[in-house]
Parts: sequence; C-alpha cells; structure tokens
Amino acid sequence: MAKQHVTTTVNNDEFEFLCEPKASMLDVLRDELNLTGSKEGCATGDCGACSVVMDGRLVCSCLVLGVEMEGKSIETIEGMADGEKLHPLQQQFLDHAALQCGICTPGVLVAAKALLEKNPDPTETEVRYWLAGNLCRCTGYDKIIRAVMDAAKEMRAA
Amino acid sequence: MDNSMDVGYSADDKELKFVGKRTNRPDGVDKVTGRARFGADARLPGMLYGKILRSPHAHARIISIDTSKAEALSGVKAVVTRDDFEDRDSEFVPAGEMMVNYRDMVRNIMAREKVLYDGHAVAAVAATSVTIAKQALKLIDVQYEVLPHVIDVVEAMAPGAPLLHDDLFTDGVEPKPTKPSNVAKRLEFNMGDIASGFAEADEILEKTFDTKPVHQGYIEPHSCLASFSENGSAELWCSTQGQYLVRAHCSKLVGMEISKLRVTPSEIGGGFGGKTVVFIEPIALALSKKTYRPIKITMTRDEVFRSSGPTSGGNVRVKVGITKDGKIMACEAELKYQAGAFQGSSVQPGCMCAFAPYDVANVNVIGWDVLSNRPKVAAYRAPGAPISEYAVECVIDELAERIGMDPVDFRLKNAAKEGTQTAYGPKFGPVGFVEVLEATKALDHYKIPLGPNQGRGIGSGFWFNIGGETCVNLNVNEDGTLTLITGSPDIGGSRASMCNMAAEELGIDVGLINPIIADTSVLGFNFLSAGSRTTFACGLATIEAARNAIENMRKRVAQLWDIPLDAVVWEDGAARPASSNAGEFEPMTLPEIAKIAPKTGGPIAGHAEINAQGAGPGFGTHMVDVEVDKETGHVKVLRYTVIQDAGKAIHPSFVEGQYQGGAVQCIGWALNEEYVYGEDGRLQNSGFLDYRIPLASDLPMIDTKIVEVPNPNHPYGVRGVGETPIIPGLAAMSNAISNALGLRMSELPMSPPKVLKAIKEASV
Amino acid sequence: MASGETEMEVEATSVRQIFRHLQERFPNIKSHMVDDIAVAIDGTVFQDAWLEKVTENSEVYLLPRIGGG
Repeated sequence: MAKQHVTTTVNNDEFEFLCEPKASMLDVLRDELNLTGSKEGCATGDCGACSVVMDGRLVCSCLVLGVEMEGKSIETIEGMADGEKLHPLQQQFLDHAALQCGICTPGVLVAAKALLEKNPDPTETEVRYWLAGNLCRCTGYDKIIRAVMDAAKEMRAA
Repeated sequence: MDNSMDVGYSADDKELKFVGKRTNRPDGVDKVTGRARFGADARLPGMLYGKILRSPHAHARIISIDTSKAEALSGVKAVVTRDDFEDRDSEFVPAGEMMVNYRDMVRNIMAREKVLYDGHAVAAVAATSVTIAKQALKLIDVQYEVLPHVIDVVEAMAPGAPLLHDDLFTDGVEPKPTKPSNVAKRLEFNMGDIASGFAEADEILEKTFDTKPVHQGYIEPHSCLASFSENGSAELWCSTQGQYLVRAHCSKLVGMEISKLRVTPSEIGGGFGGKTVVFIEPIALALSKKTYRPIKITMTRDEVFRSSGPTSGGNVRVKVGITKDGKIMACEAELKYQAGAFQGSSVQPGCMCAFAPYDVANVNVIGWDVLSNRPKVAAYRAPGAPISEYAVECVIDELAERIGMDPVDFRLKNAAKEGTQTAYGPKFGPVGFVEVLEATKALDHYKIPLGPNQGRGIGSGFWFNIGGETCVNLNVNEDGTLTLITGSPDIGGSRASMCNMAAEELGIDVGLINPIIADTSVLGFNFLSAGSRTTFACGLATIEAARNAIENMRKRVAQLWDIPLDAVVWEDGAARPASSNAGEFEPMTLPEIAKIAPKTGGPIAGHAEINAQGAGPGFGTHMVDVEVDKETGHVKVLRYTVIQDAGKAIHPSFVEGQYQGGAVQCIGWALNEEYVYGEDGRLQNSGFLDYRIPLASDLPMIDTKIVEVPNPNHPYGVRGVGETPIIPGLAAMSNAISNALGLRMSELPMSPPKVLKAIKEASV
Repeated sequence: MASGETEMEVEATSVRQIFRHLQERFPNIKSHMVDDIAVAIDGTVFQDAWLEKVTENSEVYLLPRIGGG
C-alpha cells in the first residue's frame, strides 16, 4: 500500500512525513521523528511505556496508527521539561528515586502529568488506579506513587 | 507503621559526608527527559533489521531448512541458520568467571538437530525494513518431524519420558547410568547425621511444594545493534548486565578474537538476571558478518516470554524435625528444578541456600537438574534460592504454629549467626540475621490487629552475595573534576553509589565526579552486574582507584614540597603536611594539583584492577498482611514490610528501591505469575495481559527497614542487597494466606482458582 | 569429595597449593572442578583466588562457585 502524507504537531513542532499505513504512532515517533523517549515494552497496549498525550487524551502510542496523527497535537516525554527547568513531576521523580532502570519512566511521567491536569488533588488510590496501565518491574511503585503525590502538592501550591 | 524514609544510621556515620546520603543520581535527568539511550534507541547509517524465525513446536527434529525463497525476496540481504554457526565441543569451560557449555549455547541461540521448545530460534533474516524481514520469515520452509514433548519437571524425570538429548547421562549418580535421560545432574549436600537428628525430634513435618516457572519481566525487551567491519572487527551495542560476558560468548560463537569485538552496554531497562546471557547478539553479528551492514534486532514481548531465559519452576520436598521447645534438630530436602531445554538450572544454589538461615547440626539436601521442553532458564535475582527457601519457610512456619511458638521467636531461636556451620561449606563470618529478626519483632507492623479473613505471614531468606573481577579508572581532569570509569552496567542507581564512595574517599563534593559505564575496549574484564556484587565489588574497586589517585597526588605534592611521601597526608580534598615537623606548607587542593599536573609529571589518575573477595552474606525477612476474599479467591495485600541487612546502605533510596522491587516481584510470583502451557507444549500467555505482573493498583506502599551489620571485608561495610529481597516474600505471602484461611497452601502461584480450590478442599 | 573423604589436612601456604595437593591425591578430579569451586578460609568466601594465603591453622572449606542474577 502506498505511503500516506501526514502533517502533525509534536511538542509544538510541526512535522510532515510519509507514513506506512501499518506503522504505529510509536514507530513513527521513534523511527521517523527520532523521538526515542517513548519506549516499546510490549506493542500491545499492556505496559504503558509508550504513553503520549494526543489532543489532550492519554494514549498508548503503540495502539494508534501513525496516519491518525494527521492534524493532531501530540505531547511526548521530550516536551515535558521547559528548557533546563524540569517539570515538577520530573524533579520529584529524581528527588524520590522513583526510578531504577528508567525504561518505564517516560511513560509513567506522561501518564502522571495527564492525571494531574485532570485531577490536581488525587488520592493515593486514584494515583494507583490511573497508573495501573503503566508497568514498572523495578520499584514496586512505592516511590513512584510518593513522587506523584508530592508533585501534585507542589503544583497545587504554585 | 515504619516510615520507609527512616534509616538508622550508626553513630560513626555522622562523619560520613556522602556515603549513606541520598545524593543526586548522575544519570537521573537523562532518564526523566527521555534522553537516556536504551537498547532499542540506537541507529546507524545503512542499518538493516533482523528478525528471527522461531519454532512452532515444543519438540521436533529439523528435517530441512530451505531459505531460497526468502533470500530471493527484494530487500532481503542475508539469512542465517544453524549452518552459519560452528559447532562446539560439549564441555564446561570457564568463560569470564562462568562455566559455560558452548555446545549447548550454540544450540540455544540457533537450533541444530532439533527444536527443543516453542520459540526456539531456527533462522534469521536481515532486510531493509522490519516489514520485509517479517515477510521473508514466512518464505522460509522448515520441514519438521514433530516429536513427543514433556513440560512438567516430575514427568520429565519419569522413565519413558520423551528424551530431549540422547547423549545426556545423569552426572553424580553411582553407578554411572547406561541410558540417557532428562536428568542432567544429581547433587547432594550433607552435614551431621540426619537419622539421629530426626530421632531426637518431637515434631516432624514433611511436605512437598510446587512452583511454576516465572519470567523476570523486565520492561525493556532484548535489543542489540551489531556492525561488522570488512577488517574483521565488530562493534556491538546491546542491553546487557555484562558487556564483557557478551563479548566472551559472542566472540566464541561467531568465531573471532576477543580484542576485535567491542561491546558497548546501552542503558539497561531491567534485567534481574535475565540479561546475563546472549540470545540475539550472536545472530545480529552473524548477519552483519554476511552483509557488512549494521544489523538491529529487537525482540517483541512475545519473543521475550517464549525465547529468553525465564527462571525454573520446581518441585521441593522438605522434612524438618524440631524439639517441643522449638530447636531445629534435622532438615532434609529434595529439589527438582527445571533447567529448560539444556542443563544448568539453579538447583545448586537452591540446595546451598535451602537451610542456610538456620543453625542446624543435621542436614541433607539432594538436588536434581532436569531438562524439559521449555526455554533454557536464566537467573532471576538470587537464582534458585526463592524456590527452596519458600518451601523451607512454609514448613518452619507451620512447625512453629504446631508448638505454639511465635514465628519470629522460632526463627530467632534457630537463626544462623557468626560461627554457624553451614551445610554448603563455610562457617559464617559476621551476619545480620538475628538483628533482622529483632528489628522485625520491634516493628509497629507486627502489632497491628487483623480483621476477619486477614492473615499475617513471615518469611526469611538468605543469599551469599559475590565479588568478582572488576576494573575502575578514575581520571583527574585538568579543571579539578573527575571522571569515574567503571565496567558495571547500572541497573538501579549504582553510579550514584560509586560516586558517593569516591567522593567520600577524596573528600570532595560528589557533584565533581562524573561516572560513565565503559565499553569493553576501555577497561579490563568486569564480571556481570549480578549476584548483588556491583556496590560491593565495583565499590571496592572504586575506593581502591580513589585511594590510588590520592596516593599519586600526594606523590606529586611530596616532590613539590621536597619532603617524603609519608609526610604528606590527604584530608578534606587537599594534600597537607602530616605534621608541623613535615614543614610549613599551605594545603594544596585537588584542583590546584590537577591544574599543575602537566608540569609535575603529566595526567593523574587512579586505577584498580581487582578480583573482589569476601562478599558478606545477606539475610532478610518479609512481613505481609493479606485479606482473602473467600468468594472469589482474590488476595489483597494490605501491608508489607521488608527488613534486610544491607551491611551498609551507600545510597539508602536505592537500597529501599531494591527491597521494594524485590518484594513486589515476590507478590507477583506468589499470586499471579506462571508460564501456562497447552497440551501442544506451546506457551499460552506470552504477553503482559495474560502473564500478569503486579500493577500499582494491586499494591500498598512497601515499607522498608534497613538493618546495617557491616561486612568486615568492605571499607564501608557493604554486603550487597539486590538478590535477597526476592527470597522471603514467597513464603511470607503463603504463610499470610494460610493464616487468613486457617489452611496451608503448598503451591505457587496462589491465584484465585487455586485459593478457591484450597478453600473448597478444606471444607470437605 | 572423591572417595568419600570429607576432611583432610594439607600443608599449603596458598589456595593454589591446596588445589595442587587435591589433584595429586585424587588424580581423577576433573580440571573443571578446580575452575568451578570456591573456598572459604576462616569464614570468608574466595572465588578464583589461587594466590590467597592460608596460614598454619586456617580452616578451609571447598564449596561450589556462586553466581547470581
């Protein structure tokens, strides 16, 4: 099948590319746009390592087709920091040592940011259920949950 | 409840500036911004994509492989099969601190005479796109003669079981068997007189336990990028726990000199023992050798489950005899571990660890290494120990209950301590099991009342910890900063720990040290980041390199001041006269010495090339409260505390992280995780949806208590902490569920159907 | 240990010398056994430490090499 022309916005930058109809958004981000911060852990929407926000909605980029990026605005981990200033979530993850190997971290951060934009004052249970789609095998989630709760607190105070 | 951030520093820690402190992680920012480069994040110009054809059969003879149609497909650049890998002799040879049978390894990476498990590699293709490579796999014609298969370990041992290898004769039995079997090895550890021990016992309990194979479940699939040059050398980028072991194995399997292969470890997205061996790396090199183009291979999640190295399942019989007042008199166990399709399960350490936590005079442990039609197992933290210690800790717990003794008191009464003779060999040096148990008893967690259908469980665990070959370079840069070069992949924050130790030694700010993980061309051999060795062994080498750099700086200053070397001391990051007798000199700081290094003899560095010895054994105890839903069989974890002797926590956050992560892996192993095979011998749950690892929503906070009984063989007392946390939780969970239900479970996982079945059987 | 012996006294000043004594006494001891065993000297475990010193009254245990995950 012929490649399709796609125009999209990723982290406020406009991109144009020719997209294989079968390619996932994750493939496009990683292979076409060289944005390798989004990770592939399963390619079946189970692990959340590829989490991105598309027009305000949290999605697994491995479950979205590249051609569906047409006209959409995508936010990935690469757009999370503001210059050298880390997002409060990123800083809290470092302060809490909420990552060990770090492979799930981009997806967890993107998902947590989406949560705090919807719900600035989540309970521990709400954080745990929101992040249930993001697998982490190293940390046991304890420090991740603490970091998200503390980032929420910090952002509410700001 | 214990605050997990509360760490009990000992008194002399007050003088430590960086060791024991929660310093910034040098690689942290790159990991929260997506910049860090993991296995699949590398590309090279002209790169081709490799894909692997895998067996759809659990056991079959390969009649023929026809690759001609695949090779003819446009975009396909190379195909490799068994014919592209030279066969190797069947003997165990040392390969970078490990004993490896390359005849087995060459067959595991690419099937030869037979496929031995569902997912066994049969051929591989390199093409200009993943899509073309996948198309090409479909064009490879493999003719199989399907053979009967065997999956279960006990069935695999039975006479008449389908044979995986007709040249495998059980080692360790007399007389030597005349017929081949699936049993590779029998081993036995003995101490004292088991019969008289049981004769003196008032209570004897004998039970058999089953555990299923589980996967390490690292979130990053195996990935590598190989590039062969026409000059015979090659570069390999891959996600691994040990670049030097990858080099050792690949150079042997591909047939090249070690110096010609440069292996660069990517950031590693989890390993837990599963990235200590090679699967795709030699295949990528072979494809690159055929094409002289870079080859990238990344496993899918399905391939990770089917075709990497999960850990053994086991069948363990345990018999323990105790006196009425709770003294263990005799212990006996028989362990049958699945090795997968080739010999080499972790039954040996399983045997050695089984009763190691306890001071018992009479011990007999027999182990069997058993092959079946499953992927060859790899390590999964403390390999072998969780399976045997789970069974032992369940029996211990039930015996304590029988004589009406508190389970912690029971363990305290029998706990191994300094001088205790182990059944596997040595007498223990200083160990912290008693201190761990005392800390457990003191927890608030232990006193919280439980409600209906709730139960509390205790389990303990032991792991040896190891040292091993390690090299470190510490370069003093001309601006007074330092570059710390180690060869140990950083899986969970070890760079921060190394910097803490180096800064402590040098007396400078930790932020002045920039750590890097070197490729194999930079340093001499380094063993794996495994065996809980990194903070201990790489730490020892880092300390030695820092001391070497200090000595070199003192030498420069001694020459400048024209006084003897021993008249110059190093304090707070500066060279100083040892006393007023040495002369009146202003201290020279590290940056001052670095700045004039060119004029005093050239660059300054510190080195260490060591084989670290004297690792300190690790003991831990887990305490968990659960609630069982008797209608659904669902088990909810209410509270969890990990208590473990770290020796010394160099970076407490990452020590806690090891405890918490290990505990949750225990919860997964205990409640959900298992390899499920169909009648056809094929794996049925090769994805995270069906192989369910714990989610954030399944869990409470995991509390931790770091106990610190120093290891005398490390300057700061480090023991190593990565492996012990995977051991105690299986029994703790089982004992908690048993206490909640008033019945005893004896198999894992304790998934809802099995819990319901146990409830039903008990009510009959 | 071979031929049922579990304990013996040897005169040696290093781990390597202990191994040599063992190989002399038990010629059929496989060479990989020497590669694949660790020793504990007075409670401290050593692997691949041929040159490690032992003293007159050192208590030395042989044990299988230990790896890890």
